[in-house]
Amino acid sequence: MNADAFLRMEGINKKYGGTIALKDVSLSAELGEVHALVGENGAGKSTLMNILSGAVVPDSGSISLGHAVVTMRSPHDANALGIRAVHQEFSLVPQLSIAENILMGKLPTHGKRRLVIDWPRAYERARGLLAELGFAGLDERTRVFRLSVSQQQVVEIAKALAEKPSVLILDEPSAVLSKDELSLLFALIRRLRAEKTLILYISHRLEEVFEIADSITVLRDGEVVDTVRRDSIDQNDLIRMMVGRSFEEIYPRRRMSIGDEVLSVHGLTREGEFSDIEFSLHRGEVLGVFGLVGSGRTAMARSIFGAEPPTSGSIGVDGRSLKMRTPRDAVSAGISLVTEDRKRDGLVMTGTICDNVSLASFPRMSRGIFLNRKLQEKLVQGKVRELALRPQKIGAYVRTLSGGNQQKVILAKWLLCNTKVLLLDEPTRGVDIGAKVEIYHLINALVEAGVGVLFISSEMIEVLGMSDRILVMREGRLVGNVGREEASEERLLQLAAGVARAASAADVTPGVIATEGKA
Amino acid sequence: MRTTAPLLDRTRTIFKIRSSDLIFLVIFAVLFLVSSLVLETFFTSRNLLNISRQIVTNGLISIGMLIVILTGGIDLSVGCTVALCGIMATGLQRVMPTPLAILVALGVGLVIGFANGFFIARFKLQPFIVTLATMGVVRGVTYVFSETPQSPVDPLFRSLLGGGFIGAVPIAPLIMIGFYFLAWFFLNRTIPGRTIGAIGGNVEAVRLAGISVKGHLILAYMLCGFFASVGGIILASRLGIAQPSVGAGFELDAIAAVVIGGGVMSGGSGGAIGTFCGVLALGFIDNLLNQFNVQSYYQQIVKGLIILAAVISRRKK
Repeated sequence: MNADAFLRMEGINKKYGGTIALKDVSLSAELGEVHALVGENGAGKSTLMNILSGAVVPDSGSISLGHAVVTMRSPHDANALGIRAVHQEFSLVPQLSIAENILMGKLPTHGKRRLVIDWPRAYERARGLLAELGFAGLDERTRVFRLSVSQQQVVEIAKALAEKPSVLILDEPSAVLSKDELSLLFALIRRLRAEKTLILYISHRLEEVFEIADSITVLRDGEVVDTVRRDSIDQNDLIRMMVGRSFEEIYPRRRMSIGDEVLSVHGLTREGEFSDIEFSLHRGEVLGVFGLVGSGRTAMARSIFGAEPPTSGSIGVDGRSLKMRTPRDAVSAGISLVTEDRKRDGLVMTGTICDNVSLASFPRMSRGIFLNRKLQEKLVQGKVRELALRPQKIGAYVRTLSGGNQQKVILAKWLLCNTKVLLLDEPTRGVDIGAKVEIYHLINALVEAGVGVLFISSEMIEVLGMSDRILVMREGRLVGNVGREEASEERLLQLAAGVARAASAADVTPGVIATEGKA
Repeated sequence: MRTTAPLLDRTRTIFKIRSSDLIFLVIFAVLFLVSSLVLETFFTSRNLLNISRQIVTNGLISIGMLIVILTGGIDLSVGCTVALCGIMATGLQRVMPTPLAILVALGVGLVIGFANGFFIARFKLQPFIVTLATMGVVRGVTYVFSETPQSPVDPLFRSLLGGGFIGAVPIAPLIMIGFYFLAWFFLNRTIPGRTIGAIGGNVEAVRLAGISVKGHLILAYMLCGFFASVGGIILASRLGIAQPSVGAGFELDAIAAVVIGGGVMSGGSGGAIGTFCGVLALGFIDNLLNQFNVQSYYQQIVKGLIILAAVISRRKK
């Protein structure tokens, strides 16, 4: 802890309900420094940065900027202090032009009354800003909804920099950027660093961290593990610090008994999202899917499930080819999907445990249109007990449950309708480590019972710990199919980020599944 | 406290009463008591009978509105459906037997509901806009249809549905209460009923559970059209005449009843019992204000404020 540092966050605590998000976190950083924050999902990186940007108010702790203690109750306060954040979720208004978005709240006006917008000046200023940042290719009059996701990211960054902040927070900025755009971003970061801006950089991609950061703070389960200089550490040390537990403690072994093929996917393509996906999944197998945000892994799973039907390709279950257009077809074929955002499209938040667990199994618990409530209660109660859901009361509303238990409700829903293929998209997101381990045990029990599991995660360590085989996706294509023994963090990241292209061009030609040899 | 709390919890879960609803119940009990003490005419069987008859139409429309609001939608066309179905049921008596005329009117209600549901579900349009459009169309059709000369209505139709009694109990309120039982059963004990509630809670979760959302949406709007139609037929029979202008603003009373009864416009919350209480509350307020000779303009102001109070007391903290 450097007592003279420009930014000092000390003893920050934050709880959400019963969950501790941050515990006595301290962080210091200097102007003219790129300071990276790394850690697993749910380690507290984003919460910490939300506190610094005023979006979240901490329960206790102090923040000082240049020796003055500051209090921030809103993002507005943070902006006034020269702190700007670019979040993972965009804060742009899609219907407005790039210029209006960048200059929102500070559009130039005619005359004294500040009522009539001076459009020529607004466009000129926006154009200037974009050019200054090295993104002169964008027309400032274009409406934001016409832009690609990576262009929107650029607009978001331009908006953050419009007022020359002294502290810039970038939360996973590279997740949606292409390689070229990323090098532009890095050039920009270096320039800002030279101009004495403090840049706080959150990223999953460790190579990036090693490329751009001066110092690195590692968070784990809401606590700071350590802050280190980039040149005093290597990637393996960093990963060990991030996980902090022995592998076997978290990822329980299971009985291996891989059976017949249960799901086969051929040439699956969805225009603009992913193309030419080929793989097969067997009974009793966990097939991991690793890829960075935007690699198409979620879109692929949703397509297999029929949530967004594929444009071409075929899907077979148990050797029978299926024409799956809707989730209904998928469910009746025995496929189920646990979506990445349970609140958005997994749970009926106004409903009870019983309502939610029954949702996919109504035909099993009814006579005609009439609900057989005795049977319903018996079936749901059985699953609730089996999964050790807390509370065990099936009449409890799901919005009152913890993240881990909400996730168990969704799993219970699919277990109740005798699923054969379980597609899991980030099943442990926003879940504490205890519940994570329980979910891993549950997955193992299912796999031992013969279910085939497709396990999608951006958490590399989790994928490595759970999978029998790992598919790697990049930019909508399958770029690797790696067996458990050959898989390593380095290997997966290389494939997913595309950095190993030159080194192993032969076996990672895009679009073709490359079976990796011994690394 | 420790020992009483679980008991209180249990009674609360049995009746599904939240503390904010409890406050409302208490307020109404007090209001009821005070008015029966102050007004001699209030607690007479004649007045209570009057109230029960006056709330029938809103009561029926509100069932349909509840179902639609549960899906996260809204139906603005119910008022016009009341008018058209009332006109149909009376006007057609000239050319066909009364029961058949009633069936045709019910069918018309279902068709209007189907049209609403179809456009909303099939083309993913906003319920507000679609039902605003049908509201205009239906009102127009009502005026066109009502230009044919109206003949006096079947006296039996009038005496039975609108003014009839079984023993000492008036028929129309009985029909309404019967439908509330059915609605409660439908929403709590049948698959489509549970599904409709879940759609309002999270439509994407329902779709991804392999359930047809379109079919259930159409069903919800058809039921709404049906209940508006029943309300219109009973209103026509009570008044003994059907006017094309009737029913304007009825949709707002129905929405108010659902919301006062615990419904939430974004869907997923609300129930038949709550909505019934909402209908009763509105009916009593109307009646009380009439008895105190409050001008109708002020009545509207009072009703508006009550709706606001109900919503504020339930907002999420």
